[in-house]
Amino acid sequence: MATVRTQSRPSTSPLYRAFGDRLFAGLVLLLCLLIIGIVLLIGWQLGWNGARAFEVFGIVGFLSSTAWNPVTDVYGAWPFILGTLITSLLALALAFFPALAVAIFATEYAPRWLGNVLSYALELLASLPSVIYGLWGLSVLVPALRGVQQSLFLWASDHAQWLLPVLGNPIGIGLSAAVMVLAVMVIPYTASLAKDSIALVPAVQREAAYGLGATKWEVIRMAVVPYARGGILAGVILGLTRALGETMAVVLVIGNNKNLPFTLFGPATTIPSAIVNEFGEAQGLQLSSLLALGFILFLISGVLNLLAAWIVKRMSVDGRL
Amino acid sequence: MEEKQSLISPPVPLAQLGEDQNLKPRMETRGLSVYYGKKMGVGSVTMPIYTNQVTALIGPSGCGKTTFLRALNRMHDLTPIARVEGEAILDGQNIYTPGVDPVEIRRKIGMVFQKPNPFPTLSIYDNVVAGLKLLGVGKKSVLDEAAERSLRQSALWDEVKDRLRAPGMSLSGGQQQRLCIARALAVQPEVLLMDEPTSALDPISTQAIEDLMTTLKKHVTIVIVTHNMQQAARVSDFTGYFLTGELVEFGPTNTLFTAPKDPRTEAYITGRFG
Amino acid sequence: MTQISGNLRRRQLWDKVMLGLLVLGSLVVVAPLVLVLSKVFLTGFSALNLAFFTQDFQPVEAGGGGLRHAIVGTILMNLLALLIGGTLGLAGGILLSEYPDHPVNPTLRVISDLLNGLPALLKGLVIYTLVVIPTGSFSGYAGALALGLVMVPIVLRATEGVLKLVPWNVREAGLGLGLPRWRVILSLVLPAASSGVITGLMLGFARAAGEAAPLYFTAGGSQYLNFNLSQQTESLALTIYKYANEPSPLRVEQAWAAALVLTLLVLIASLLARWVARVRP
Repeated sequence: MATVRTQSRPSTSPLYRAFGDRLFAGLVLLLCLLIIGIVLLIGWQLGWNGARAFEVFGIVGFLSSTAWNPVTDVYGAWPFILGTLITSLLALALAFFPALAVAIFATEYAPRWLGNVLSYALELLASLPSVIYGLWGLSVLVPALRGVQQSLFLWASDHAQWLLPVLGNPIGIGLSAAVMVLAVMVIPYTASLAKDSIALVPAVQREAAYGLGATKWEVIRMAVVPYARGGILAGVILGLTRALGETMAVVLVIGNNKNLPFTLFGPATTIPSAIVNEFGEAQGLQLSSLLALGFILFLISGVLNLLAAWIVKRMSVDGRL
Repeated sequence: MEEKQSLISPPVPLAQLGEDQNLKPRMETRGLSVYYGKKMGVGSVTMPIYTNQVTALIGPSGCGKTTFLRALNRMHDLTPIARVEGEAILDGQNIYTPGVDPVEIRRKIGMVFQKPNPFPTLSIYDNVVAGLKLLGVGKKSVLDEAAERSLRQSALWDEVKDRLRAPGMSLSGGQQQRLCIARALAVQPEVLLMDEPTSALDPISTQAIEDLMTTLKKHVTIVIVTHNMQQAARVSDFTGYFLTGELVEFGPTNTLFTAPKDPRTEAYITGRFG
Repeated sequence: MTQISGNLRRRQLWDKVMLGLLVLGSLVVVAPLVLVLSKVFLTGFSALNLAFFTQDFQPVEAGGGGLRHAIVGTILMNLLALLIGGTLGLAGGILLSEYPDHPVNPTLRVISDLLNGLPALLKGLVIYTLVVIPTGSFSGYAGALALGLVMVPIVLRATEGVLKLVPWNVREAGLGLGLPRWRVILSLVLPAASSGVITGLMLGFARAAGEAAPLYFTAGGSQYLNFNLSQQTESLALTIYKYANEPSPLRVEQAWAAALVLTLLVLIASLLARWVARVRP
C-alpha cells in the first residue's frame, strides 16, 4: 500500500521521508540533549567553582562556620543555611493548615462554581511575580507587622522579660516578615497538589466511611485525607522547594543580617539573599563561597524536587502511596 | 400489578404462600422512588425486608437494583442531583422524615461495597474498630472484644488473629472484603446492605462470602444486590426482580425461581435475556 | 444504643466546628490574594500615567520620568528568551510525547523536573559565571538566556500535556496518507494542539517577565533606553526590586505601576490558559 501511495505522491519519496524523519528526530534529540546538558552544566558550574571554598575551609568547616568576613577572607555557610531552613520551615508550618483547609473546602464542601473560583485564586497566587510579594511585604506588611511586634515587645518587657531575647528588635523588617511573605507564596503550591490528590480519592473510600455512620468531617479525617496523603506530602515538599529558593521577596523584607543568633522579629538572612547581596563585589574565594552556597541550594532543591515528582508519579499510577 | 399491590401488607402474601408466620419485616419501603435530576432511577418500589433473612435484589445491569439499595441507607444524600421520594421504614420510622440524621441511619444500616475498600492507612484491627471509635468507644477491652467478635462473624479471625496490626491493605482481595464486612458488623447494625459484594472476587473468596451470609443472617438482616442469579438462588430467602427501575416481582426465593408469576421474571430467570 | 445517640450530637457539633475552621482557613488563603491584588490595582492605577510609557529614567528631582526603558528591555529580553526557551521546551515536549519510547525520555523527564524546581536565582548565577564574567559585562543577552532557562520547563510540560491530548488516530491518519513522521508532527499534531502550545508559551512568557532574581546577575539593569541587548538592560521586575527600597515615594509608586503592568500580563496569560482549556473538548 505504501508503494502505491508513494507513486501517486512524488513528494513522499523514500529519501524525503527517511532523511526528513531522521533530520527532524535528530534535531529534536539535539535540543533535548542541550536541555540535559544545561542542567548538568548548572550543577557542574556551581559545584566546580564552589569547590574551592570547600577545599580551603573543609566541607564540615565551611558548612558549620559562622564567620563571613571579606576583609579577612574567611567564609562559613552556617548562618545562611540556618536562616534558609528556619524561614522555609516556619513558612511551611504557617502555610500547611490553611493550604489543607482550602484544598478540603474547595473539593469537599464548596459548590462547583466556588471550587472553581478558589482554584483560580490559587493559580493566581502561584503565578504572581515574587518581586510583587516583596514590594507588598515591604510597603504594606512590614509597617503593619511593626505595630504588632512593638505591642508584643512592650507586653513582654512588662510581663515576660525572658521572652525578649527570643523576640528581638521589633522593627518590622526581619525573620517574621519573611516567614509570612513566604507562607503566602507557599500556600498555592501545597494547596493545589493537595486539592488534586483529594479530588482523586475514589468515591468508594468516602462511602466506606459514610456507610459506617461517619459525619462528613469524620469521612474526611478517616478516608479522604489518609488516602490523599501522598499528594499532600508532595505539595508540602514542592512548597518547601519554593520557599528555599525564593529570592527577591525574601531579600526585600528579611533585613539581611548574618550575625547569629537570629530572633523572631529581628533581621536574618538566607542563602539566596546572601548571594544577591554579596555577589556584586565578590571575587576569588568570596565568589567561590557564594557559588558553594548556591551548590548547597541546588542539591537541596534538586533532591526535594525529585522526591516530590516521584511521589506525584506514584500517586497517579495507583492512586495512593 | 396485583402482586405488587398485595405486598403493601406483607403478612397476607406470606400466609398465602404458606411461609413461616413468624416473619416480621425489619424494613419496608412504600412507593420509594429515586430521581437523578429529572430522570427516574427507581420508580415507586414497595417491598418488605424481613428480619434475619437474606433478601436478594436481581435484575439486568442498569435496572436500578443498586440505586434502590443505596436509597435504603440514604447514600443518595451524597449525590447532589439525586432525589428520593416515598418512604423507607426502619423499625416503624421513615428514615426520610425530616430531622432524621442520615449519620445515625447509616450506623444502623451498614453497607458493604462492590470493591473491597479498607481504609488505606489503618491496620486490620483499626479498620474493624473504626466505626466504634467514631461512636466514642475508647475502652480497649470493649474494642478488643468487638474486633474479635466481628472478625469471627466474618470468618476472618483465624486468618488474621496473629497479625491484627498489619495494614488492612496487606490482605488478599477476598480477605479485604471480609474485613469490610467485619468493619460493618462491628457497630452492630440492624441491616447489612451488600452491593454486589463478590463481583470483584475470585470463586473461592466468593464461596467464602456466600457461606458467611448464611451464618450471618442469625445476627443481622441482609439485603444483597447481585448480578448473579445462581448466587441469589444459593444465599437468599427472598428475592426481588428489578427491571428498568421497577420492582417486577418479589417473593420467597424458591417460589420466584421455580414458579415466577410475571412472564418478565420468567424470561429473565430462564436466561432468555439479561 | 442510647449511649450511641448521646455522642452523635457532639459529633455533629464537631462537624460544624470543623467546617467553620475549614472556611476560616480558606479565607486566610484568599485574604492575602485580595490584599495584594487590591493594593496593586489601587496604587498601581493611580500611579500609572502617560509618562510611565513614554519617558525613560529621570532623577526624582526632574519628575522621575517613566519606565519606557524597562518596558522595552522586558519585551526584548523576553522575546529572545521565548525563542530560546520556546524552542528547547517545544523540542522536549515533542520528544516526550511523540517519541514515547525514546531512551533519553526518562532522563529528560527527571531533568525537566529538576529545572522546574531549580531556583531562578541559580539559573541567573550560573549564567553570570558562564557569560557575564567571561565577557566582562552584564548584557541583555545574558538576561535573555537566564529567562529562557526559566521558560524551558514550563513550555515543555505544557507542550507534552497538550500533544498527548491529540488523539492517536490523527497521527495514524497522517501516516496512513504516506506522510513522513516529521510532517505529521509539524503539520497535523502541532496545529491540532496549537492553542495549548501557545498557552504554554504565554504562561512561560508571563512567568519569565515577572522574574527579577536571574536578571539581577545577568542583565544588570540600566537607566537608559536601549535596543541593543549586548548592553546592560533594564526590566520591569528588576525595577520593582530596586524601587521598592527607594526612599522617594515617587519611586515606590512607579514600582506599584510596574507591578500593575506585570500583574495584568499574568492575569491575561492565566485567563487565556483557562479559556483554551475550556474550549478544548
